[in-house]
Formats: sequence, structure tokens, C-alpha cells
Amino acid sequence: MAVQKLPLAKALNESLRKALETDPKVLIMGEDVGKLGGVFRVTDGLQKDFGEDRVIDTPLAESGIVGTAIGLALRGYRPVVEIQFDGFVFPAYDQIVTQLAKMHARALGKIKLPVVVRIPYGGGIGAVEHHSESPEALFAHVAGLKVVSPSNSSDAYWMLQQAIQSDDPVIFFEPKRRYWDKGEVDTEAIPGELHKARVTRQGTDLTLAAYGPMVKVCLEAAAAAQEEGKSVEVLDLRSMSPIDFDAIQTSVEKTRRLVVVHEAPVFYGSGAEIAARITERCFYHLEAPVLRVGGYHAPYPPARLEEEYLPGLDRVLDAVDRSLAY
Amino acid sequence: MTVESTAARKTTRRSSGAKRTASASVKKGQGAEPELVQLLTPEGERVQHPDYDIDLSADELRGLYRDMVLTRRFDSEATALQRQGELGLWASLLGQEAAQIGSGRALRDDDYVFPTYREHGVAWCRGVDPTNLLGMFRGVNHGGWDPNTNNFHLYTIVIGSQTLHATGYAMGVAKDGADSAVIAYFGDGASSQGDVAESFTFSAVYNAPVVFFCQNNQWAISEPTERQTRVPLYQRAQGYGFPGVRVDGNDVLACLAVTRSALERARRGEGPTLVEAFTYRMGAHTTSDDPTKYRADEEREAWEAKDPILRLKAYLEKAGHADAAFFEELETESETLGKRVREAVRAMPDPDHMAIFENVYADGHALVDEERAQFAAYQASFADSGAEEGK
Repeated sequence: MAVQKLPLAKALNESLRKALETDPKVLIMGEDVGKLGGVFRVTDGLQKDFGEDRVIDTPLAESGIVGTAIGLALRGYRPVVEIQFDGFVFPAYDQIVTQLAKMHARALGKIKLPVVVRIPYGGGIGAVEHHSESPEALFAHVAGLKVVSPSNSSDAYWMLQQAIQSDDPVIFFEPKRRYWDKGEVDTEAIPGELHKARVTRQGTDLTLAAYGPMVKVCLEAAAAAQEEGKSVEVLDLRSMSPIDFDAIQTSVEKTRRLVVVHEAPVFYGSGAEIAARITERCFYHLEAPVLRVGGYHAPYPPARLEEEYLPGLDRVLDAVDRSLAY
Repeated sequence: MTVESTAARKTTRRSSGAKRTASASVKKGQGAEPELVQLLTPEGERVQHPDYDIDLSADELRGLYRDMVLTRRFDSEATALQRQGELGLWASLLGQEAAQIGSGRALRDDDYVFPTYREHGVAWCRGVDPTNLLGMFRGVNHGGWDPNTNNFHLYTIVIGSQTLHATGYAMGVAKDGADSAVIAYFGDGASSQGDVAESFTFSAVYNAPVVFFCQNNQWAISEPTERQTRVPLYQRAQGYGFPGVRVDGNDVLACLAVTRSALERARRGEGPTLVEAFTYRMGAHTTSDDPTKYRADEEREAWEAKDPILRLKAYLEKAGHADAAFFEELETESETLGKRVREAVRAMPDPDHMAIFENVYADGHALVDEERAQFAAYQASFADSGAEEGK
């Protein structure tokens, strides 16, 4: 039973269950996480099995959720907080940025804040406003936070385990449109390091670097490019803070071309940081400037327009072609 | 439902004095202030209150007096050190000694405190070395003491945030089945913050053992309390389903009695209480502030007549609880404290340059490691260039 094929959301559920079983200090907090099991059912059945004392339905107040989670962490608990949707995190942004991120340094290391903030993020599900955003750069910019995002069921299970075990606050972005994608999860495997990238497809002509929901798009783009005789490597970054620049560098020194893909707006996005650093590290290896594919500098559009806004297969392939044309 | 109705019952029973006052206030109309829980008048007369009583030995009374005097002495030394350029900033607690010492001395060792940045008197009660408070005002750290040594959390500068931390901590206390309590300090300005409202909601819903201790010192920098609220602040608790009480914040005995009662209530599992300590910020908001631009001298003078230290001194003398020798000894002790603080601040070393990169994370971070190495190499490069210039 160690290897199971699970939807990503169920893998997260199993991971939370495992954490609740193994560490009595782990708590789950959020809006509707109890009886309902969360709006995406990620916490389904956990309150029934672990009780209202450990799987806590909270008042509808995000700052209050994160602020009290900080207090619980100071008391020795390891709260795993659910923010219902990406666009709802901002009432808690002050507590996350001003308190959660900085308290360990403020105390000169004498206290720890092992809080995980789970955020379903990204678009592609036809939702109303505030339900499709990708605000990861707003957290990666803040020292004291770690920011990760799994792209598949196995990473969902293991990265959440590792995030909960981390003594640092972790913002855990869940690719909500991949919640129903199934993948194998080996619950007895030895997981890779939380903040290391992974090559998910080998290639020699160009590197596509992505994370979360865009990894699947990049794999599809690489397969399509293969039909045209282009060998595209796909790197699943997995962590946006820290970013595994060594892995990107290794790949780019081989392929000499890099395209970074994310749903978040390109402007000040993680692609900008990657482009700058890889240009510094790989200046003499690069055959083309680092290109970026992502969202536009506009509010996330109404659902009928999101296919145009989101970086899909064609826009990724377009960037691949532009890079190879240099 | 059970929690709410219990809290409502308690409000009726325990704060009957406050309730009477509230309706009286309505009758009298705007401008009339509700009466305070008071056990010691500004003239130093001991008075009784139907809901709150306290029986202290002469020794304990002298102890409270000593705490207030030493806290004020420390505070004035810190203000002087700022004027001398030794501190970048100081937030004086002048005038609020009774609120802080009274509430601080109500705490047990296992209780936990979440302060603002002005709780120097509470820190004193918790046994935090006063010089530890000065590091952040000198600019050598952002606090840095171990909160768990004295169960006294770091100073929180962003207004109101700590009330949620206190509530979460109290929720943890309840989960642990412990009978300790938590106290959250904040001010009249913070009462407008959403985090304070959310902490009231969370603490009420989860019946958390927390006391919200609001020092209403009448001024949030330049804004009077009228800019924060149209009702007396303690009355806000009613809407959340827990009791609120206003206490004379310049009466150390009343602050001690009311806080003790609220803490006991929390320990019994009856949930939060809001205490509004009605006091006055005698000094500026901080050393960067200029109160002459927004408030009249007469107001300050009126409050000087209610000074928390003078009224206890009057009582100690009248009751024969302290003699001249006690006051003389305390004077000497005060000066010794001032000297110790002065010397400690002046001797406080600047942190090592590399401290920028310390404790950003508990488990480390690749980018911090990289930037630390770059910074170290950059610093080291000056040694090389110095040698080259010498050639």
C-alpha cells in the first residue's frame, strides 16, 4: 500500500492525516476546514478523525487565523493554516509579512515559528474575481518566509510533510487546477530536499523552468517541440524561496537557452529574478536572452478571458521558438 | 452558545458597577464619563468598591510603590539617554506606572505577556532586565530577549498585532489544559485596529484564557480617544460576549485588583475580559513627538493631580506603612538603577556586520548563505585595497 495513485488534493489530505497522526502538536486551522473538509476537500474527514480541537473551523478573518496561528506556534504548536483562495490572503498579509516572517530574527533566533500557510492558487477553473491569482512573488520577496509549490501528487504529499516539519514559516502554494490530476505517491519513499528543483524531462536545446500548475503545460510544450525535432528540458523548480539556482545553472550550461514560465504577472515576477541571476551566472553560456512567459500587468481577467491571459501551450511554444531563433 | 451565555451572565454579575455606570453615562449625555473602579483616590484615600477588593500588607504596598518609582526612574533615564544621543528613540511610559505595575504584579510566573513597545513597567514586573529593553531603541537589535525566559514576549511595534498572538497563545494554553492565563497589552489607538477586533472575536469564540488590558492614555500620538471611539472602550466587550470593566489606570491597587480578578476568571475557563485602564500619557508619544502642537498644558496639569506615585505615597505616609528611611533608601536605589542603565547603554556594543544575516531563518536559506558570502568577500576586499593603496 505504500504506492498509491492519488489526485493531488487527496495526496495533500493524506499528508495532513499523516502529520496529525505523527505529531500531536500539528493543528489544522481555516475557514470550513472541519465538517465540510475545505472548499476543495483537502481536509476532508480530518476533523471527524482528529476532533475539533485539532482541525479547527475558524471565524472568517484571515488576519485572525494567521495571527492566532503565530500565538499557537509560540506555545509550541505547529499550525497548518488554510487560506481559502489566493485572493483572500491579503487581510493576513500584514501578519505574515510583519510578524510571521520577522519574529525569529526579532528574537535573535530564540523562538521559532513553524507555521505553514496553505494557499490554493492560480487560475484555469473558471472562477469569479479573487479566486485565480498567483501572488507567490509577494511572499518570496519577504525574508523569513519560504515559498514552495508542488506540481504533482507525490510532491504534494512529501513537500507538505517537509513544510510542516520545517522550523521556518512556509507559504505552501497549491496548484488548484491540478487538484484533480492523479499521480503516484509512494508514502515510504525517501523524498528529495524541499527546496531543490527537479529535472522532469531531459533535453539539450532549451530549458523550460516552471513550478506548480505550469509544469504540466511545459511538459506538454516539450512533447510538442519534440515532434518538431527540438529537445526541450523541463525543470520543476518546486521552490520559489529559496530558488535552486544551481540546478537552473546546470541545465542552462547544457542547453544554453532558458524560458521561465509562471501564471503570475511577468513584471517583478519570479522569472525576472531568475533571468537576472542566470544572466549573471551563465552570461558566456547563453545563446539567447532569458525569456519569460506569464500573466500580464492587468487584474486577473474574468473567466471568459482567462485562457487568453494564462500562459498556455501555444504561448510557451512561441517563446521556445523565439529563443531558438537567436 | 454556552460560552456566550456564560459570558453574558458573568458580565451582569461581575461588572454590575460598570453597567450602572454605562447607563448613567447615557443619561448624563455626552461628556459624562463612566465611573471607574477605584480603590485609592488621587488624594491617597483608601476607598471600597463592591466588586473588587484587595488586602495588601504594608510590605506589599511598599513593593508596589518601589516598582513604580524605579520604573519611572528607568524611564526618565532612557529619555535622558535619547537626548544625549545614546538612544535613537524612546517611548516613555510616564504617567502609566500604576496601570503597568498593578496589572504586571497581578500575574503569576506561568502567565504570559504580549506587550506593545511601552510596557517597561510590566517588563520590570516580569524580571526582564531594563537594559534589555534598550537595545532596540539604541538600534543594536530589534528586541532580542528570549520571550520564554520571563514569559514576556518581544515588544510589538505595529499597533494591535500582538493581541492576536496573545489570543492564539491562550488557545494553546487551553488546549494544554494548563490553568495559566495570557495578557495582551494595547492602547486606545490600537482599539481601532482590525486585529484587535479579530482577537476579541477569536478569544470569545474559543473561550480563550486571555485578558485584554487596554491602557487608554487618551492620546494616540496626536489623536484623542474621540477619534477612535464613540463609546467608552470597555463597553466594546459586551458586543463580543465577554465582560469589560473600566479601572482607574492611575490607581495601582485598583489595577491590581481588577486584573487579578480578570486573570482568575480566565484561569477558571470563563474566557476573556477587557480591562480599560483609564490613564494619561504624561509625556510625548515618543521622543520624536511634540505634544504642544495638539494638546493643552491645562489637561496635563489636571492629570498631574492624579499622579499614580504621589497618591500611593500619600497613602503609605498617612497609613504609617512607610517611614522617611524607606523613601530615602528608595531614592538611593533609584539613582543606582539610573547609573547602571546609563553605563550599560553606553557600553552596549554595535553588532557585528555579519549579524545582518543571522537568524533570518531557523533552518537556513540558500540565498542568505550566498549573500552572506558575497558581503563577507566585499568587506574583506577593503583590506586588500588598503594594502594596494599603500604600495
